[in-house]
Amino acid sequence: MNRFAELLDRLAYEPGRNNKLRLITAYFRDTPDPDRGYALAALTGALSFKHAKPGLVRDLIVDRTDPVLFGLSYDYVGDLSETVALMWPKGGENYRLLDHPSPQPSPARGEGAQLRAGQSPGSKAAATTLSVPSPLAGSEANEARSRGQGEGYPTGGLNIDPRHNNPPPPTLSEVVVTLRTLGKTELPSQLARWLDELDETGRWALLKLVTGAMRIGISARLAKTAAAALGDKDPQEIELIWPGLAPPYLELFAWLEGRGDKPVNRDPAPFRPVMLAHAIEDTDFASLDPADFIAEWKWDGIRVQAVSGRDERGHMQARLYSRTGEDITNSFPDLLPSLHLPGAIDGELLVLRDGRVQTFNVLQQRLNRKVVSPKLTKDFPIHLRAYDLLGDDENDLRELPFIERRAHLEVFVRKLDDPRIDLSPTIAFDSWQALIAARANPANAGAGEDADAVEGVMLKRRDAPYLPGRPKGQWWKWKRDPHIIDAVLMYAQRGHGKRSSYYSDYTFGVWTSGEDGEQLVPVGKAYFGFTDEELLQIDRFVRRNTTEKFGPVRHVVHEPDQGLVLEVAFEGLARSPRHKSGVAMRFPRISRLRWDKPPREADRLETLERMLKDVTAN
Amino acid sequence: MTAEHHTAEHCGEAPYISRMRPHDILLPVAAGLCCKPGGFHIDPVRPVERAVITHGHSDHARPGHGAVLATQETLDMMRLRYGDNFAATTQAIRYGEEVRLGDVKIKFHPAGHVLGSAQIAVSCKDLCIVASGDYKDAIDPTCAPFEVVPCDVFITEATFGLPVFRHGDAADEVKKLLTSVALFPERAHLVGAYSLGKAQRVIALLREQGYDAPVYLHGAMEGITRYYESRGIALGELRLVKGMKKADLAGTITLAPPTATSDIWTRRFPDPVTAFASGWMRVRARARQRGIELPLVISDHADWDGLTATIAATGAGEVWVTHGQEDALVHWCRARGLAARPLDLVGYGDEEEHEVVAADEAET
Repeated sequence: MNRFAELLDRLAYEPGRNNKLRLITAYFRDTPDPDRGYALAALTGALSFKHAKPGLVRDLIVDRTDPVLFGLSYDYVGDLSETVALMWPKGGENYRLLDHPSPQPSPARGEGAQLRAGQSPGSKAAATTLSVPSPLAGSEANEARSRGQGEGYPTGGLNIDPRHNNPPPPTLSEVVVTLRTLGKTELPSQLARWLDELDETGRWALLKLVTGAMRIGISARLAKTAAAALGDKDPQEIELIWPGLAPPYLELFAWLEGRGDKPVNRDPAPFRPVMLAHAIEDTDFASLDPADFIAEWKWDGIRVQAVSGRDERGHMQARLYSRTGEDITNSFPDLLPSLHLPGAIDGELLVLRDGRVQTFNVLQQRLNRKVVSPKLTKDFPIHLRAYDLLGDDENDLRELPFIERRAHLEVFVRKLDDPRIDLSPTIAFDSWQALIAARANPANAGAGEDADAVEGVMLKRRDAPYLPGRPKGQWWKWKRDPHIIDAVLMYAQRGHGKRSSYYSDYTFGVWTSGEDGEQLVPVGKAYFGFTDEELLQIDRFVRRNTTEKFGPVRHVVHEPDQGLVLEVAFEGLARSPRHKSGVAMRFPRISRLRWDKPPREADRLETLERMLKDVTAN
Repeated sequence: MTAEHHTAEHCGEAPYISRMRPHDILLPVAAGLCCKPGGFHIDPVRPVERAVITHGHSDHARPGHGAVLATQETLDMMRLRYGDNFAATTQAIRYGEEVRLGDVKIKFHPAGHVLGSAQIAVSCKDLCIVASGDYKDAIDPTCAPFEVVPCDVFITEATFGLPVFRHGDAADEVKKLLTSVALFPERAHLVGAYSLGKAQRVIALLREQGYDAPVYLHGAMEGITRYYESRGIALGELRLVKGMKKADLAGTITLAPPTATSDIWTRRFPDPVTAFASGWMRVRARARQRGIELPLVISDHADWDGLTATIAATGAGEVWVTHGQEDALVHWCRARGLAARPLDLVGYGDEEEHEVVAADEAET
């Protein structure tokens, strides 16, 4: 448990993805089965046991500490698990049973232990203290004070051998296996026993684990990628077999370490690796024949695979996967009843209200939710727009040309007959000119009221089989051109991790008429889009043109004739009462530095408001 | 100063004079702790005529006093920082040495905080007050170990005066650093540490763990570190970062003032891992706020267990609590029947939080 706790502790501070991977892979390499398997389960959220409530943890600490000191400490630290982990008394001392802390058993480790073992002549404390009887503190005052940093009290005359006193701390496997079978009434005393045995970091990790509040910024995908690195495998391979695996994943690690065969996925609703599109360039069209292609709208939702199948007992199992194969079923329970026929749909997850597709901003309310409330499913009704069928009952359709799969899909969607699932419409076109027109104005080309949620056009070869990965020449995506405005850099903030010495987060604004005449109003924030060289240039500009500092934020000069104009590209615009300007950009990034342009020539808020109107007018 | 007005009638040998109260000996005033019968201040934050100084950290040892009494090391550190004219006159005192000042006797005892740090025992007649300054009871290879001094009134710091602060074994923290260096050999490790005391302790701890590669220093640390070496503290091979090629800093450990570890200065290092050696690193939010990737819980102050055990061990019946989390420690004392109160002295803080590197030093 302590080794796993060390890993969690380090991961909690590490900002870099690759470094996180290195840390996790190193842990998997050094840690034996079954501990590493349970760690993988913990990191991927695959552990299921009844979680201890924070109230239980609070009860445990209240029994063991002075309530005033606990209150002050909790206020200071701000996190219950961490407070308890830090102030948990050593050796099972019980505050309510004792008026004073009694002498504690010696620690088996630490400076204190070393010092006592050597009892050096430099320890003058002994001589001085022994001669002074204390009126109050009893035995403590009479003892040589030679302990180390935070490592318990000397044992005085008790003669306890420190090395045989403490039971060893529990392993992660012990904790997981015990928690699975433990009754509710036994939980408090078991938890207290473990807390007695672990060190601070171990206690913190244990409490995070049992209260189900890990939150260390590790996705399941990242943990699987780290495991894959152990055997130089593609993480996709793990994704494919993952639904058939269970903690502690002995088979998986055996395969990764070359000691066993690849585990077989017996899942009734397995993920199939997805087919991806290339971005099309203007020059590509010359070599392409419009007659070979079918065009569809590119919907601004999230790509999902909805799979249903019957398990051995004939029960229907439905699962929803992200494009990377992550199981996101639990976030969309409202879609599951609609997946009542065995098959595998490739499609786009959208929010539909009154039959209209909502923008990505709306859909975002449904993403990354741990708890899906009835209110959430009612306010943000989920919808699947189907564009491909990879499997129909027992039949694998992936070898068929797209045009035949599409025919199967149309039948399948008709049979489903469910308002939550519909067919992605095709765009009629006979020349590239016609498609260019459709892309420029989706509302008039069939997308109608849903044009807001269209972010471009997809082109698929009629004869393309469904191939995993990004095969050449089969599928093309042709995004709408991004919106572009010229904005003025107003504030800059330091980045994180590698960028912590750079001002790399920029707030930019556009002009508007205010009470004091022309003024800049912030409209967005961007922290990428620029090259490394440009980052250095902006950073230098920020440092030399700072007018004020507020903690990590610098106010950068932004006057009509002084300042830096940034060309900002963004995908969409939405009204936002939370922003002073009233608008929020989707996916803003710095596309160019306009050193040549004086700030007075940057765009105005009215330009953005006009874009909003155009969007809503459609 | 009015030391001359206090004569034997207050602090003399006559046994029939009524027992002195602690406040007649030491009183908190705006300039610091004032000893009227002795005619001096302890660690004054404003210029005074006579100053008795516990240790060399800048919030305790300030320039501009008339006469300064301190250990040789503390005087030397003040000279290093402030130049030769930091005080009109100076007098060095050794641990265990007793000096008479006005009507009181003072004696210096090791505080275990940094090189030369001392607790000051002030005695008048049968009453003894110990002003401990900053102290720690953990072992530290770079300074004399803390000594418990029996007294009637104990003045304790409370920097880490909450039971959540338990510092653990500093050697384990250094092992954590070395594990990280082994795992990321292509990255540089930057350890933020206060220049006076903490940095040298971290280096000494690294050497104790058998790390014998050169340790690199930020320019601002060179003077004080070389001073430590001149006092016989072996720190192994030390090199300045200045002038090093970026690629050559891969796999190395560099000590720097905490403020430098998030500055432009860090760009000379290959993908640096930012560590910080401080007792504050015990609390995760504190480490995260500062963007620290590798928190090292290494403190030059006593932790909660250290504070409480020391208070008990002094046998003091009265405890004055200053700079830090006074409330919790005062509560703890009172719950044990000890008279306790916060001193409310201003001007002392956690030096790590305030160490500012001058611009010219930051570029070195």
